[in-house]
Amino acid sequence: MVSLTIDKINVSVNEGTTIMEAAASVGIAIPHLCYWKGLNEIAACRVCVVEVEGKERLITSCNNVVEEGMVVYTNSPKVRMDRRRTVQLILSQHDCKCATCVRSGNCSLQTIANDLNIQDVRFGERLEKQEWDKNFPLIRNSAKCIKCMRCIQVCDKIQSLNIWDLEGTGARSTVNVSGNRTINEADCSLCGQCITHCPVGALRERDDTKKLWKAIEDPTKTVVVQVAPAVRAAWGESLGLTREQATVGKIFDALKKMGVDYVFDTTFSADLTIMEEANEFIMRYTKGEFKDRPMFTSCCPGWIRFIKSQYPHLVRYLSTAKSPMQMFGATIKTYFAEKIGKKPEDIYTVAVMPCLAKKGEERNVGLYVDEYAGYDTDCVITTRELDRMIKTAHLLPALLKDIEPDSLMKDGSGAGVIFGATGGVMEAALRTAYFKLTGKNADPDAFKVVRAQCQESDVQEAELKINDITLRVAAVSGLGNTRKLLNKIERGEVHYDFVEVMACPGGCVGGGGQPIHDGYESAFERGKNLYFIDRGMDLRFSHENPDIQKLYADYMGEPCGHKAHHLLHTDHNAWTMPKAPERDRNGHPLGRNI
Amino acid sequence: MSRLEILTPTKAQLIVEDLYKNLERRITASPPGLCPVDITRAFIEMSHSQTCGKCVPCRVGLLQLKHMLTDVLNGDADMDTLDLIEDTAKSIMETADCAIGYEAARMVYRSITNCREDYEEHVKNRRCTCLTTQPVPCVAMCPAHVDVPGYIALVREGRYADAIRLIRKDNPFPTTCGFICEHPCEERCRRNMVDDAINIRGIKRVAADYAGKVPPPPCGAPTGKKIAVVGGGPSGLSAAYYLQLMGHEVTVYEMLPALGGMLRYGIPNYRLPKNRLDEDIEAILETGVKVNYGVKVGRDIKLDELRKEYDAVLITVGASTDKKLGIEGEDAEGVMSAVFFLRNVGMGKAESLEGKEVAIIGGGNVAMDAVRTAVRLGAKKVSCVYRRRTADMTALPAEIEGAMAEGVEMLTLKAPARIETENGKVKGIWVTPQMISKIKGGRASVVPTGDPDVFIPCEALIVAIGQNIETKHYEESGIPVERGKIVTLPNGGFKDIPGVFAGGDCASGPATVIKAVAAAKVMAANIDEYLGYKHEITCDVEIPDPNIDDHAACGRIELTEREACDRVKDFEGIENCMNKNEACQETGRCLRCDHFGFGIFKGGREKLW
Repeated sequence: MVSLTIDKINVSVNEGTTIMEAAASVGIAIPHLCYWKGLNEIAACRVCVVEVEGKERLITSCNNVVEEGMVVYTNSPKVRMDRRRTVQLILSQHDCKCATCVRSGNCSLQTIANDLNIQDVRFGERLEKQEWDKNFPLIRNSAKCIKCMRCIQVCDKIQSLNIWDLEGTGARSTVNVSGNRTINEADCSLCGQCITHCPVGALRERDDTKKLWKAIEDPTKTVVVQVAPAVRAAWGESLGLTREQATVGKIFDALKKMGVDYVFDTTFSADLTIMEEANEFIMRYTKGEFKDRPMFTSCCPGWIRFIKSQYPHLVRYLSTAKSPMQMFGATIKTYFAEKIGKKPEDIYTVAVMPCLAKKGEERNVGLYVDEYAGYDTDCVITTRELDRMIKTAHLLPALLKDIEPDSLMKDGSGAGVIFGATGGVMEAALRTAYFKLTGKNADPDAFKVVRAQCQESDVQEAELKINDITLRVAAVSGLGNTRKLLNKIERGEVHYDFVEVMACPGGCVGGGGQPIHDGYESAFERGKNLYFIDRGMDLRFSHENPDIQKLYADYMGEPCGHKAHHLLHTDHNAWTMPKAPERDRNGHPLGRNI
Repeated sequence: MSRLEILTPTKAQLIVEDLYKNLERRITASPPGLCPVDITRAFIEMSHSQTCGKCVPCRVGLLQLKHMLTDVLNGDADMDTLDLIEDTAKSIMETADCAIGYEAARMVYRSITNCREDYEEHVKNRRCTCLTTQPVPCVAMCPAHVDVPGYIALVREGRYADAIRLIRKDNPFPTTCGFICEHPCEERCRRNMVDDAINIRGIKRVAADYAGKVPPPPCGAPTGKKIAVVGGGPSGLSAAYYLQLMGHEVTVYEMLPALGGMLRYGIPNYRLPKNRLDEDIEAILETGVKVNYGVKVGRDIKLDELRKEYDAVLITVGASTDKKLGIEGEDAEGVMSAVFFLRNVGMGKAESLEGKEVAIIGGGNVAMDAVRTAVRLGAKKVSCVYRRRTADMTALPAEIEGAMAEGVEMLTLKAPARIETENGKVKGIWVTPQMISKIKGGRASVVPTGDPDVFIPCEALIVAIGQNIETKHYEESGIPVERGKIVTLPNGGFKDIPGVFAGGDCASGPATVIKAVAAAKVMAANIDEYLGYKHEITCDVEIPDPNIDDHAACGRIELTEREACDRVKDFEGIENCMNKNEACQETGRCLRCDHFGFGIFKGGREKLW
């Protein structure tokens, strides 16, 4: 143990504890901006400086550890003055038009400036101009970037894609897409983790709410919205609702109040995905296709972008099943359109997703049915955009009611709900595969070994005996973890039959489109919520979903049959991704100057 | 006011003088990889502040250059701007009245004509191609990328053996380098910005002296692959060490009776005591490297035979033969090359020079080794004959000073003309007086003064003007050789000769130990890949947290030497190590660039290769 005093309070902490953590242990919250525990401890913003008795220079508390007998002041006159000056310097290069910023009210810089009671910046404003393609799903506004480097770190360390880098030197050094590429040329997975780790409004999703409002206003359009499982686990966070209050039914109510015509729960098409994917797996497995490499899930568009750019030779092991979002879009524009007597082109399909990559998925593959040629999904909005729309429509969250989704595709199983958490797709698929192989249901919680154990869980693996078959499965989340797992598979160190991949750590609940909480990873907590919902449901097996059974009976025929294949499966070779740059042994892209 | 007054500098003048010194140190410690456009702009701005304001090209021209360079950096320029910058710089060079103007413009001109792509990237894409990837200057400057801040921190804590383990991750010659490394790591040390570079080599010496015997890490699982290394010098042994750690089976073919190459047979004992060299070699051999002594490839065994017998062959034969002056009388008795002179001494076969006059031709480190060895062999008078000035000598300044302290005469500005002989024996050398002249390729050239040749009498003449590489056998075996050097691909291999690699002095020409080690890492890694493996060389030593001291300016501790009058009497080591107090202060000066600054963000530590 190391003993020291912080603001005259005696503190005793373990050796190696940072000054910031030592202070927190006695209730002293040292202001900080760039710091993110374990991810970005680089002391770049200098906001967390403290004074140590006997030292002339201030030191950063986030990444310097306590020493025996240290006397620390976190709020001395020197600290106050320097911290204030530093924040003013940051503000001089930050576009402070907070009123029109998507992060207003949830901006760490705004909070610190307010807390320090900074009412003027004595330096001239010098904003950086950088060009950006505003049509790309990920938007960067360099005039707001405070160079905290978190985007670089999360992409390097967690997602292993190195999309961002600090480029240039001296006064003009700035964050930009690495290797002097544009974002369109980069192998960005669109996971959006850089957005959810940005302390300010420098990174955000392309806002598609205007597009959606326009469709709602268009009398010729029938607007049909689906809501993804993970959205229900997070949408209430920025609206002041508790986890119990923020039900999916209230989202449906809000959407209907905004003027949407039909609402559905993506849980339905998650069940549909399971029907297709479980059947596809059993077919391809029986044919011996997965002797060398496993079948990979295909629900996560961030993962699809990743495998295409990083491991193009493994694309053929992907399930051909469309993602639940795309399946739902296709079903709405065919089966549902037919049932309600509308033409596909008059239907506007919208998806509320926890995800940024879904915005990239929306235009990737077209839907061709009879004379109709269009897209499965016409518009994707993130959970954050949904919340903004609720605010724009000045709906009081507390007054929203629980309503059910519309009929024909109303039912969704608990298996579909857990699609939003890492391991969830695998678990749902195993519930159905077990039934397919044995003719009877397993205990619905029989496969919970594939669930994450904590926020830091990387790979969950299991070996399951079903009849005389031994299945080796794994679920991985986070693209850095995914890269490690794929490398192990490629080196032959591990072998699986079926692997679920989700690009965001913890799965969709931790998606890049979810509400943002600075310094805190929420995926595991949100995931627990989905498992809680699953446990409380009567319907827990995708194959028992009555509306799914009806869909096959009335329209699709057999799972993986001709029609299902045409509408619910996709050709992964129909589009390409920019290739990944070559990497050195430490994972850094090659071919740069020192 | 008096008619004349004694002027004393004002406070402002003194401060500005001080700022100049600060700036000088700052430039010394400039991080590698800065944007040439940005730096040029900064230089021109400073240069412009020196302008007196009398003449148009300097007063206005430099200002316009600065504006245009700023536009380029801000993305407000087009390709015409670049042409205008170049033309304007040229005009100022041609029209400015004094050096303040034309030399400033020359910097801009050189920058834009030589770094045109950087300028164009700013203009066309509004991007900069420069970025920091190795922010720790000492690590960046060390050819082998040794973790300098890491081992300095370990030495500070008295963890000497851990320091040796950490160094060996990148360099299996910690003791040797503690004595004789040319320490490029110190060149850009950030501590220069405060006071002076850290004495990094001295700290390495501390680690080596206090660590005791440190066993090498265990070898990886045996791969069954066999590798022959031709030549047991620093690069051959380093490669052997890493390949053995990876699990391969290495056999070194050494033509001489002991290992070490130039470290043993080139560098005199007083600089690198052989028992200390043996510490490094013993650790290398402990990994299980086998050695065939006295076998010369090309004479006793052919390269092709090795290729058949081994899965891979590495050629690290060094530059072990001499270069000739090409003047009359060179074959006379008493004329010898420094390479053979020093080798004989290293083998204990040296002849006494008692009472003789000895002249050495050359100004490099080998020349200094030769003169100081001659002194120790009892020569009456030792002269170092060099065509340029002392300042132009390529030897380390400390070596030149050491030689002078030991009584060596520096006969500079004298070019050898012919060797005077008598009965086939050397009698002396005629030299042509030179004067220093134009700077060509960054180096001052010499031309004859026109004065008559001067005679320097000597009974032994040692030629230290460089070394050559014995390439004949390799050339005959199909290895590409150009200008006396083996030409390899950047990975150390050859295009159409699978399984054969080469590196070290035989590919680079005579260089330093640390460059030989760096080449060995490249070759070991690529041989491993060639054999189908991806082994990792790592070190699990935990690096101590940095201290948070204020870093008040503090002088650099230099290693002391034995008194000159005493040390010339023997071949024992001349340099004294720091004591622990000194080591504690010197290591405490380290700014820990791996933790403070960019190092904590990116590139602070390469944990594996």
